[in-house]
Amino acid sequence: MSEVESSGTTGSPLSATRRNLLRGVGAAGLVAAGSGLLAACGGSSDKKKSSGGSKSVAGSSVTFGSNYSDPAPKAAFAALTTAATASSKVKVKINTVDHNTFQNNITSYLQGTPDDLFTWFAGYRMQYFAAQGLVEPIDDVWEKIGGSFSAAAKKLSTGLDGHQYLVPIYNYPWVVFYNKSEFAKRHYTVPTTWDQYVALAKQMKKDGLIPIAFADKDGWPALGTFDILNMRINGYDYHTKLMTHKIPWTDQGVHTVFQHWAEILPYMQTGANGRLWQDAAKALESKQAGMMFQGTNQVAAQYVTDKADLADLDFFTFPAVNPQWGQDYMDAPTDGFMLSKKAKNSDAGKAILEYIGTGAAESTYLKTDQWDVGLVTGLQVPTYNAIQKKSVEEIAKCKAVAQFMDRDSDPAMANAMIAICQKFIDDPSTSNITKLQQSAEKQAKAIYS
Amino acid sequence: MSATSQGRTPAAVSDKPEDSTSPVRRRRRRLRTMTTRDRIVVALLLGIPLLLDLAFVWFPAIGTVLLSFTKWNGVGSLHEKTCQPNMPSILNNGCWYGVQNYHQAATIYPEFWPAVRHNVIWLAVFVVIATPLGMLFAVLLDRGLRGTRIYQSLLFLPVMLSLALIGIIWEFIYSQNYGLINTVIGRNGNSNAIDWLGNPHLNLWAVLVEATWRQAGYVMILYLAGLKAVDPTLREAALMDGANPWQTFWRVIFPVMKPINIVIMVVTVIESLRAFDLVYITNKGINGLELLSVLVTSNIVGETQRVGFGSALGVVLLVISLVPISIFLYQTFRREDTP
Repeated sequence: MSEVESSGTTGSPLSATRRNLLRGVGAAGLVAAGSGLLAACGGSSDKKKSSGGSKSVAGSSVTFGSNYSDPAPKAAFAALTTAATASSKVKVKINTVDHNTFQNNITSYLQGTPDDLFTWFAGYRMQYFAAQGLVEPIDDVWEKIGGSFSAAAKKLSTGLDGHQYLVPIYNYPWVVFYNKSEFAKRHYTVPTTWDQYVALAKQMKKDGLIPIAFADKDGWPALGTFDILNMRINGYDYHTKLMTHKIPWTDQGVHTVFQHWAEILPYMQTGANGRLWQDAAKALESKQAGMMFQGTNQVAAQYVTDKADLADLDFFTFPAVNPQWGQDYMDAPTDGFMLSKKAKNSDAGKAILEYIGTGAAESTYLKTDQWDVGLVTGLQVPTYNAIQKKSVEEIAKCKAVAQFMDRDSDPAMANAMIAICQKFIDDPSTSNITKLQQSAEKQAKAIYS
Repeated sequence: MSATSQGRTPAAVSDKPEDSTSPVRRRRRRLRTMTTRDRIVVALLLGIPLLLDLAFVWFPAIGTVLLSFTKWNGVGSLHEKTCQPNMPSILNNGCWYGVQNYHQAATIYPEFWPAVRHNVIWLAVFVVIATPLGMLFAVLLDRGLRGTRIYQSLLFLPVMLSLALIGIIWEFIYSQNYGLINTVIGRNGNSNAIDWLGNPHLNLWAVLVEATWRQAGYVMILYLAGLKAVDPTLREAALMDGANPWQTFWRVIFPVMKPINIVIMVVTVIESLRAFDLVYITNKGINGLELLSVLVTSNIVGETQRVGFGSALGVVLLVISLVPISIFLYQTFRREDTP
C-alpha cells in the first residue's frame, strides 16, 4: 500500500518508469558509446582481465549478488559460499535480494554497479544478457571444470556467440507425479504412450479422481504443459526454433499441440486459472487427484512444506506422443552463477566459479535440498532421496533438455503466451485455437523484430 | 501527474488574489522595495519546489513521452536512427520507432482494450458504489452510535493493512477448494467449485469487492473528518425549522461540505485510475484483471524490458488522467477568478 501511495497520482507504474528512466539515462552515460552493441556482435571477449590465469587471488574478496532469498536456498547458498571461501581463500560477501525484485531489476542492476558474481538461469534468458555485453565470458573457467560436466550442461552454459557464461549449480525435471500407494491400490500402471495416458486419465475420472491436478493462476505453470507437448509432438529443434520465433506461431505444429492439449483438458482439474499450483499439489497430496505435471522443485518441495508423505511420491516422464521423438526431451530448468562484465575482481570471481563447478560444491549446496539435483556427471550425493535419484537418471536419459518457456524465449513472449494459454484453458475449441495462434504470431512479430 | 497540478494549485491560489486586487503599478514598486534577503528567500522558496517539480515530475513525464516513440530494452544508449524493419530485436535497440508502439498497442496487443474497459468499470463502481458507501458509513458513524470508535477502526482497517496481508486474506476467502465462500455455500467440490479469481467474467467483480472494501473505509475517514468540522449550530437551526434528518443532510450538511465533496471526488477518480495493487497481488493483472497501470508495469519492469512500448501505454494512461484533472483545475481556477 504505502509504496503505491507514496508515488503520486498515477501510482507505481509511472514511478517505475521514472526510476528506470533515470537509471537508464545514468547507465547510458556510463556505458561507453556502442560498447554494448559492438561487444555483442563482435564477440570481443576481452581477455585482458583473465590474462593472469593462475595469479594468486588468495585473500582478496568478491561480492555475490544472490536471489536465493527464501530461507532454505539462502542457507544452502551460504553453505556453498563458505565452502568456496575455504577452498579458494577468496572472501565472499553475499548481497541477497528478494528473487522477484532481483529478476525484475536485472537490466539496471547489470548496467549500474553489479556485484562481481550473481545468480541467474541457463538458456535464452542467460544468452540475452550475454549478447548485450553485460556478462563476462568464462571460457577459461570452463577449460578447468568442463571435464566434470556433460556436453548438454556445457551447451546450456554457452551464449549465442559460442562462449561460456554460466556455471550451473542444480536443475530439476518437469515430470508427471503420482502417489505410489494410490497406483498400487487401484492397479494403475505407468503410461508410456499418449493413448495409455489418455486411457489412464479416463479410468481415473471413472474412479472419481481428478485425473490431472492443474493450476494456472500464476500463469506460468501451464507453459510447462505446452513445452512438453510441443517437444513430444514436434521435437526439440522445432521447440527451440519456435521459442526464438524462427517458426511462426501459426504453424500447423502448434495447432496440433493445442489439439492434443484439448484432448486431455477434460481430465485436467477445472478452474485452473483461479487456482494456485500449491493448491493443486495439495489435491495430489490428499489423493483427490491421480497425477500432476509440474517440476520437482514445486511438487516435491510442497510435499516437504506440507509434511506430506514424500516417500509415497513418485513420478514418470511425460508419455511419448510422436514415436519419432519418444521420451527424448523434457524441461529441466537449470540455475547457476555468472560473472558480471563490470566485476571489480574478476580473477577472484573466476576462482569461486571454478570451485562451484565441482562435485564437492554441488553436494554442499544440495545437503539440505530435497528436490533439486546437481549437474556434475557421476555426482554422488549421499543425501539424495528417491525423487532426486530418479531425477538424475531421467535427466541423463534425455537427448536434450529445454529450460522452460520463460527461460527459452523472450520473457515478453512468455508473458504473451501466459495470457494465450489461459484463454485456451477457458475455451479450447478449434476456432479459438486458430484465433489464439494468430494473436501469438502478431505479438511475436512485434516482440522479436 | 495530478500531483504537480495539485502541488501547484495552492501557489496559484495565493498569487491570484494579489493579481486581481492590487494594481500592477503598486505591485512593481513593492517588488523593487524588496531587500536582497527577501529576494533570496523568495528565490529559494520558489526555486526549490520548482526544481523538484521539474526533476521529479516534468522530466520523467516528458521523458516517458519521448521514450514512447522509441524501441528500447533498457540496455545501452538511445540514438536517433530509425528502427529497421525485420531485424532481430537485439540489433534494433534504442532506435526511433515513430508511433509504432501506439499502433501495436491498439491493434496487436490483446490486453490493451480489455484494460481500458476494466479501468472504466473500476471508475464506475467506485463512483456509484464504493464512495457513496463510504459516505453512508461516515454519516451513520457521525450520528454517534454506540461503539462508533470500534466501527470506525474496523472499517478503516483495510486501508492500513499491508498489501501482502490483503492478498492472503482474500485468497483465503476466494480460494476455490479451500476458500471461505465456497466452503460456506458448499461449492468447494471438484466439479461445482466457483472459480472466483480465475474466471475472467467473475474475477474483476471479485476484486472490485476487495477494492470497495478498502475505498469505502478511506472515503469514510475523509468524510467523517469533514462532518466533524460542520458547525453544529447549522444542525440545530435545521432542527428548529422542522427539517427531518434526510432533509438536514441533503439541504444543509451536504452543500456545506462542498470542499470535502470535491476532494472525495478527486480521490475517487485518482484511486480508480491508479488501481494497481489489488489486481497485481491477485494474479499480476492477467486473465481478466488487466488494467492500464498493470500493463505499463509488466512491460517496463521486468527482465527484458519493452521500455518504449510500456512508455506508450503510460502516455495513454497520462492522457486519460489529464481529463478529470483538467476539469478539476478548471473548476478551481474559475472559482478563484470570479469573486
